[in-house]
Amino acid sequence: MSVTTIAPPANPVERFLRTDRMPHIWCPGCGIGTTVNCFTRALIDAKIDLDHLAIVSGIGCSGRVAGYVRLDSFHTTHGRAIPFATGLKLANPKLQVVVYSGDGDLAAIGGNHLIHAARRNVDLKVICVNNLIYAMTGGQTAPTTPGQVVTSTNPYGTFDTSFNLPHLVEAAGAVYVARWTTYHVRQLSRAIAEIFQKPGFSFIEIISPCPTLYQRRNKMGDGLDTMKYYKEKSKVKNGAPTSEVGLDKQGEIIVGKFVDRARPDYRELMVNQMHESLGSRFIDPVAAECEEGEPQGCEEGLCS
Amino acid sequence: MAKGTVLIEVERCKACGFCVEFCPTKVLALSTAFNSKGYHPPHVIAPEKCSGCDLCGMFCPDFAIFGHRDVPAASEINQ
Ligand SMILES: Cc1ncc(C[n+]2csc(CCOP(=O)(O)OP(=O)(O)O)c2C)c(N)n1
Ligand code: SF4
Ligand SMILES: [Mg+2]
Repeated sequence: MSVTTIAPPANPVERFLRTDRMPHIWCPGCGIGTTVNCFTRALIDAKIDLDHLAIVSGIGCSGRVAGYVRLDSFHTTHGRAIPFATGLKLANPKLQVVVYSGDGDLAAIGGNHLIHAARRNVDLKVICVNNLIYAMTGGQTAPTTPGQVVTSTNPYGTFDTSFNLPHLVEAAGAVYVARWTTYHVRQLSRAIAEIFQKPGFSFIEIISPCPTLYQRRNKMGDGLDTMKYYKEKSKVKNGAPTSEVGLDKQGEIIVGKFVDRARPDYRELMVNQMHESLGSRFIDPVAAECEEGEPQGCEEGLCS
Repeated sequence: MAKGTVLIEVERCKACGFCVEFCPTKVLALSTAFNSKGYHPPHVIAPEKCSGCDLCGMFCPDFAIFGHRDVPAASEINQ
């Protein structure tokens, strides 16, 4: 076998990785690494200024992304990626803040933060790796686990209704909602690039295999079998009503961009409200940061 | 003539097979050889078919492979 080692030109993902931490802990056929490829290529395509970018993860296999990317990243506590990111964004509005985490982290323990950040339209880019399970802790049922699925906590199959995440976040107020699978690498990468241009609460759900704990227990094969299932059973329906995109065990997966709308984000609403109530007594801390040569805010007398 | 080249870092590979399955021009196959972790990494079976599209690189969950388009030689550009 001829051994080719990586010499220049380098893998495009390489400069975004903490290579000293490779190989990563993700299992063979796990989809999380694939999402990282899409994410990093989106950073390149959208020409994101890496000095004004922060990645926030919670806990879980998916939450490990924060530890593997050579970017300003924060590995926060379980379920608290969104509140941490909200604080980061409000304290430093010039940052692009990405929340990169799992379905359990974002929709179970962190579910309340998810709906309220969407309701307030906090300017966050949320990337949810949905493997339909709590993977890191041994494959317990998550709120996203579809019916009839065997998990470590439902050995006879789940029976409770699962969350349809696009529907949930749309109802709560998200301005951009899309779903892709790890098979849809180009579409996913484009979607991630797109949300960097979109102010407000954006949510991308990525359906991703967990061959070790989800597919194996359900006799659904390995990661590659799951990717083939995604290829075969996914239907692109941009603009589909999110009420109709719920998932079941082995059925069709509706993918696409479901919601793309505009409404003022949290900070804009806050600043407007303060201006209205306080008039010139309100000093917007960001506008007041009069950097040399760009006296924003001063024209409006905010600095006086 | 191949329009692209694929580069493989065998030691990172966990043999998921994504690159082999989804390479649009079927450039790759899993090798019978092992890497030091005991996985069968892919190897190139049809180098002339590589378009350099980098779909293998997009799919690879282990950051172990990527494709790139070859820069045409100056003589080719002039033609
Ligand atoms: C406060 C707290 N509760 C529970 C846990 C245990 N725990 C760690 S990861 C996890 C679930 C992660 O699921 P998900 O976010 O879907 O990530 P995945 O591993 O599936 O990628 C749980 C319950 C924890 N670390 N902290
Ligand atoms: S347990 Fe599942 S989600 Fe976690 S690394 Fe393995 S395959 Fe991926
Ligand atoms: Mg999960």
